[in-house]
Amino acid sequence: MSRPLHELGVVEARELLQRREVNARELAAAVLRRVEEVEPRVRAYITVTADLALQQAAEADARLARAEGGLLTGVPVCVKDVLCTAGVRTTAGSRILEGFVPPYDAHVYRRLRAEGAVMVGKGNMDEFAMGSSTENSAYFPTRNPWDLDRVPGGSSGGSAASIVAGEALASVGSDTGGSIRQPASLCGLVGLKPTYGRVSRFGLIAFASSLDQVGPFAMTVRDAARMLRVIAGYDPRDSTSIDRPVPDYEAALGDDLRGLRMGVPREYFVEGMEPGVREAVLRAVGMSGELGAVVDREVSLPSTDHALAVYYILAPSEASSNLARYDGVKYGYSFQAGGSMWEEMEQTRGRGFGDEVKRRIMLGTYALSAGYYDAYYLKAQKVRTRIRHEFEAAFERCDVLVAPTSPTVAFPIGSRVDDPLAMYLSDVCTIPVNIAGLPGVSIPCGFSDGLPVGLQVIGRPFDEATVLRVAYALEQALGVAGRRPAL
Amino acid sequence: MTTVATDYEVVIGLEVHAQLLTRSKMFCGCSAEYSAAPPNTHVCPVCLGMPGVLPVINRRAVELTIMTALALDCEIPEQSKFDRKNYHYPDLMKGYQVSQYDLPLSRDGWLTIETEEGERRVGVTRVHLEEDTARLTHVDGPDGSFSLVDVNRSGVPLMEIVSEPDMRSPEEARLYLVKLRQVLRYAGVSLANMEEGNFRCDANVSLRPRGSSSLGVKVEVKNMNSFRSVQRALEYEVERQTRLLDGGEAVVQETRGWVESEGKTVSQRSKEYAHDYRYFPEPDLPPMQVNRELVSRLRAALPELPDEKRRRFEEAYGLTRYEAELLVESRARADYHEAAVAASGLRGDARLQRAKQVANWMLGDMARLQNAQNVDIEAVRIQPEQLGQLVAMVEGGQITGRSAKAVFERMWREGRSPHEIVAEEGLAQISGVDELRGIVERVIAASDRAVADYRAGKTEAVQFLVGQVMKQTKGRANPGTVRDLLLEILQNG
Amino acid sequence: MALTRDEVLHIAALARLGLSDDEVARLQGQLSAILDYFERLKSVDTEGLAPTSHSVPLVNVLREDEPHPSLSCEAVLGNAPRHEDGFIKVRKVLE
Repeated sequence: MSRPLHELGVVEARELLQRREVNARELAAAVLRRVEEVEPRVRAYITVTADLALQQAAEADARLARAEGGLLTGVPVCVKDVLCTAGVRTTAGSRILEGFVPPYDAHVYRRLRAEGAVMVGKGNMDEFAMGSSTENSAYFPTRNPWDLDRVPGGSSGGSAASIVAGEALASVGSDTGGSIRQPASLCGLVGLKPTYGRVSRFGLIAFASSLDQVGPFAMTVRDAARMLRVIAGYDPRDSTSIDRPVPDYEAALGDDLRGLRMGVPREYFVEGMEPGVREAVLRAVGMSGELGAVVDREVSLPSTDHALAVYYILAPSEASSNLARYDGVKYGYSFQAGGSMWEEMEQTRGRGFGDEVKRRIMLGTYALSAGYYDAYYLKAQKVRTRIRHEFEAAFERCDVLVAPTSPTVAFPIGSRVDDPLAMYLSDVCTIPVNIAGLPGVSIPCGFSDGLPVGLQVIGRPFDEATVLRVAYALEQALGVAGRRPAL
Repeated sequence: MTTVATDYEVVIGLEVHAQLLTRSKMFCGCSAEYSAAPPNTHVCPVCLGMPGVLPVINRRAVELTIMTALALDCEIPEQSKFDRKNYHYPDLMKGYQVSQYDLPLSRDGWLTIETEEGERRVGVTRVHLEEDTARLTHVDGPDGSFSLVDVNRSGVPLMEIVSEPDMRSPEEARLYLVKLRQVLRYAGVSLANMEEGNFRCDANVSLRPRGSSSLGVKVEVKNMNSFRSVQRALEYEVERQTRLLDGGEAVVQETRGWVESEGKTVSQRSKEYAHDYRYFPEPDLPPMQVNRELVSRLRAALPELPDEKRRRFEEAYGLTRYEAELLVESRARADYHEAAVAASGLRGDARLQRAKQVANWMLGDMARLQNAQNVDIEAVRIQPEQLGQLVAMVEGGQITGRSAKAVFERMWREGRSPHEIVAEEGLAQISGVDELRGIVERVIAASDRAVADYRAGKTEAVQFLVGQVMKQTKGRANPGTVRDLLLEILQNG
Repeated sequence: MALTRDEVLHIAALARLGLSDDEVARLQGQLSAILDYFERLKSVDTEGLAPTSHSVPLVNVLREDEPHPSLSCEAVLGNAPRHEDGFIKVRKVLE
């Protein structure tokens, strides 16, 4: 082994553990040492659960010794702090959940543990997953390991940066409008948003319930496929989760794309897209042709331009309701120096939420309020139907769609915080996929000015297998996967 | 200034919230039983509104709501869904209530009430399903006044039954509530007990000049905790609004709370802004498609309802409408009557006769004792077949009506069969002429005055002599036989 | 679509958000700009389109009416900022 342990991939590490060439405690210790070394600069974790990780690693070793290992036994992972973990502080990046210790596990965390994963800590994030840079964390911003003065993307910035920085082998995040794919793109790794309903949302702190979905991050497509297989599946506690078998995604991976119909929707090459991004994405498209894909550049998704407005009506509306429960009564931050119950509740919420969250609560409250519902919320839901129909039509002629993940590479910290609309535009290529509930993955496809560029592969509902197959073939052919910055 | 008092028509609509008889809560598996449980012991992350947890619909709650709707002759649309009703309050754990807005489980039904002027139909606008809130109790302490939150009730399935503004007096409103409670209990969907809080009522009251078809300004009245307080509150409100209108003042559209201790309603107009519930479809719950087979199955599962049962009692047992009405007041009472009659195995006129007698006992002596001792029909110690036996013994002349009353009282106290009691007390009726002749002769010998009166033509003196014989036999003598015997001896003597 | 200060205050009251004067002023401008951006949706033809509120075509997802164990009272109160005698405690609600 020439590479340090903390740079191992998931499948790779799992094999070494299986062969007892490395044990889980050593691996966890190596990752924790790396955390100590780089965390002061990267700040990917809100909470590092070192003792728990070592304890879980010891259990993993015991399981391995009994030859009872699961798909992830002994693999150190980062869990976005939006997923509840029993007995471990869970904040969703918000001051209002300061000190909140849930008495229950998110379904996804339960699945990870059932397959033996070891939790290193809780990943930093934009408060309540609202943001595209992780600058909206109430605690501190996470930095992009490729350039510490730039953002890692968001909202799952901690989950993305932790892996690239060697502070975890894989992670889980959540994606409401691009919160997995965009940071994957900006940090140069693989991030997948599954079909809505593929992964249970139970225990995922809600942002926008009809758009939220949990998904994996990893350095490689194969590792992401392994992670997805673990977390996907029906959960009766989530009424929107679908009872469908989970395929062996790894088995579906292959090197060529013969016969695959690949659409390149022109609307995704938006105004303001950086030339370096366009170039890297088009190179990947060209490569797809060489791998045997039939590339269709005529496919069109005309309502793409409206997706952002639809999203910024629907998501804040749902969020305004989802975040109503944070009132200082049952848990979390509570302002107690008020003269009345109402004053305390209003001050709790006014002080406990950050600017972006308050902005979206206001926006959503307005969009749902009497007299405006039809013009905003209902109209947005109808345009949502239109966007869905356009995707359905596109998938009649194509098996997958490819597009840039983000129109730009990682931007400097602080450069967009004062302009919410500019920040919202970061997600223009990822949002339509959430609106239609489709699966999408971002893989590294090149570099622009030394910063990673992501390619997005979008598939039909529940066809993660094809999405991953395309991602894998391109990953193999492009040869940019797995690169890490010097830290 | 002289004003001519206008004749106003009262317009009342009621909103009733009834808790459903499910074992678990509306959207989580916590026990729905909350009244006897220690605080915050039937609570889980879902009903506590913790972050990230999700609701799952209780099938039984949906079914019970549809059954209620069917009992109220509502339409059951095929499409239904849940919505979020957004508002903040410390008893509302999520900051929104999962309820139903534009696609309720049912709409357009009615309920028949029996007013002095005859039957009237009150329209039922809709019956929908939602979740209850936590319970707040207020305490004052040295460090200020606080509200204590018990989350046990949070998430208990609640059905909202909204009436049309069809009631024309507080009395009609009371009759509607009594009838609705009866139907809910019959259908077995709710305990529907107002005092225990599982049946709650808010009212909308307005007045309009008689003959006008437009609605007046309506006032919502809340905080009524019994049928009596509903009637009193509405009477108060009608009077208050009449006074305002007669005085040339306007009624303000507002919510008023009934203060039982002061016997009046007071404005609850807060300084707060008007409510804006921002309803939108609950994204965590897929919509419901109520298929017709389910509706038929639930319709078939509905028991016979009060109106139907009353009609049947009138026809099958030859009872008056009034008697039938009283007997079907509760399912248990009606069942008791039917069991007592059925135990006889009688047919035809004999059965009608028996049914009438059983009804007389139940609505007479039994009802009197039940009221006096506050005993529900379920707790009455006399078994239905025992009451049947008692009636049979009277009909068959084994005991006298007078003895029967005494036997009934012992049955009430001891729950034993009338045969046992009659045998033990020696109450069997004496009808034998030979047995009675001696007693009659002794009575005549000891009653010179009465005998003289009789001979003087005062025939009512016979009645006194019969009474004397009954006294001697402790009521066991057959009065007819005694009378015949007396006349025979007196006329011959 | 320019929001007035009163409108911003009204929305904040509905959402129970205590905002400083600065925040109100800032939000007034930001929200107005975002609402302007939303104007573009007006031009989209949605004639005959049903609204989408769920991405998945599920109906009738129901569970059986079976009680499951609840949390312990300690776990219910464990995160509560104020509690007393088994109850969660808040300042008295004045009607």
